[in-house]
Amino acid sequence: MRAPAISIKGRAFGDRVLLALVILLSVIMIAPVLWVIGLSLKENAELMANPNSVFQAPYTLKNYINTIGTSSVFVWVFNSIIVSGGLTLGTLILSSLAGYGFARLNFPGRNILFVIVLFGLAVPEQAVLVARHQIFSMLNFHNTYHGLILPGLSASFGVFLMTQYFKAIPKELDEAAMLDNASRFRIFWKVLLPLTVPAQATLGIFTFLGAWNDYLWPLISATKKDMYTLTVGMASTQTNFAQSEGIGFLMAQAVFAGAPILIVYLFFQKYIVTAVSGAAVR
Amino acid sequence: MGDRPVMPRTAPSATSVRAASVDIYAPQWRNFIFVAPFLFFFTTLLLVPLLWGMWLSFHKADTFSSGNFVGLGNYIRLFHDKEFLQSVWNTFYFVLLTVPTLALIGLFLALCLNRRTRTAAVLRTLFFSSSVLSVTIVTLIWRIVFIPNVGLLSTIYGWFGSTAPAFISDPSLAMIGIAIATVWWCIGLPMMLFLSALQQIPQDIYEAAALDNANRWQTLRSITLPSIKRTFILVVIVQIVLQFQLFGQAWLMTRGGPNNLTKPIVLYIYDTAFRRWDLGMGAAASEILFILILIAAMAQYLVTRNKADRT
Repeated sequence: MRAPAISIKGRAFGDRVLLALVILLSVIMIAPVLWVIGLSLKENAELMANPNSVFQAPYTLKNYINTIGTSSVFVWVFNSIIVSGGLTLGTLILSSLAGYGFARLNFPGRNILFVIVLFGLAVPEQAVLVARHQIFSMLNFHNTYHGLILPGLSASFGVFLMTQYFKAIPKELDEAAMLDNASRFRIFWKVLLPLTVPAQATLGIFTFLGAWNDYLWPLISATKKDMYTLTVGMASTQTNFAQSEGIGFLMAQAVFAGAPILIVYLFFQKYIVTAVSGAAVR
Repeated sequence: MGDRPVMPRTAPSATSVRAASVDIYAPQWRNFIFVAPFLFFFTTLLLVPLLWGMWLSFHKADTFSSGNFVGLGNYIRLFHDKEFLQSVWNTFYFVLLTVPTLALIGLFLALCLNRRTRTAAVLRTLFFSSSVLSVTIVTLIWRIVFIPNVGLLSTIYGWFGSTAPAFISDPSLAMIGIAIATVWWCIGLPMMLFLSALQQIPQDIYEAAALDNANRWQTLRSITLPSIKRTFILVVIVQIVLQFQLFGQAWLMTRGGPNNLTKPIVLYIYDTAFRRWDLGMGAAASEILFILILIAAMAQYLVTRNKADRT
């Protein structure tokens, strides 16, 4: 069973090389973040005089106090919550209904419609961006919450995911309920929907995260400062970089914006990884 | 609209012989009501804009008027526009820089971290964590790494008494800087895709190999790598589709500069349609991007379909 001794030695050496490489990569992952946190805790003047001062006290929370004192950050966070929350709720409702419909019910043209919906998965946002923007201009939808929420509701991924999930539930459940004379909607609402909670969680977190991090559409649609989402708002403050409020301030803002999402990730890691991998492979 | 005649079921379930269940699966118009809400948004916000965009690309148009029909005029202008050709080249160059790097590092990490130890779990969490950040935060972090004087890179180079390469302002390095930030941001997904493929390899093959005294390199080459070949192709295609859509990193780190050398197609579309308000031309450029992505998506469909055939 055992490999010869020489091979074991080689294995140990090989292991050490691999370990060193993994450690190096981990350092590359962490170091920039630690650097940003370090800078966020320093006075700007001190940093400009000597960047190595990051490694020495004194540290200060002044940058964070300034960030919180800047009221626009809260407005942007609020906008992001409304937009991401609205889109998530809408996506869950639409996808559950349509997923049930495609998986369980028959209606004329069902198969061709499902193929068209699947085709939607291949359409990148950029292909519809210009026309969508023009349509929204005509409807006066720019710089509104619904203007930011609506485009995301057309994404097919949720329908695809929920259809798969409903298909995996045994049909005998529906048929039993059907014998009790339950209506279609009642079966959907009372019998099947409670069973789809894991899929709802996956889809919900995935949608929320995607909307929270979206940059291109909010950049084009929300042009007024008080309608910025957090991503667009933060991007707008980093344009002038070093000259502006100081590096420490910008870094505090980055930590302020990034920390909550990282904490959420730590709690819902399993769902997030499942959803992101699922969306990529389809 | 009434009840249609009972049609043969496409997928009859062998167990149910009850007469009631035959009616259940007959096509009925009222069942349409469940998919109607989604189809409404899908049609108005995706299909209509898609067709409208194609129509726009044949017109000279600005924000509020869709002007004159110009036929292929916009496309001809595009292919004579040095800036557009440059942006197509830039996009391909960026894909070439990032996709192989992501696939190889992702595979390496998956191979190393595919074990049931606590350390491996923590490291998996770490390598995926950057993926949940927004492009704004990622670019902010990497600009502060690359920035002269206070940057992390220049500080480290400073310890050794040398000057850091100017990853953002040097024309030959700017795209590489963007690629580094992108790999850092996106490494989690390829790693996770490889990990889930590795976990699907039956364990008994490895046990058989161990009995045959195969060393680790042999096992890797003749068992592991062949088993995940399809996943490798899939990861490459998925990443090509994703990285073709480069926008935020380039816009926020370099604004497409210096000399448009880091300006990708999406940034060209953004500039043309939403800063110069030449909507027809912007639409034409987005159709070209759409075709490029569609080709990659087709390839992905073929790869995943073959996989389904095989099992």
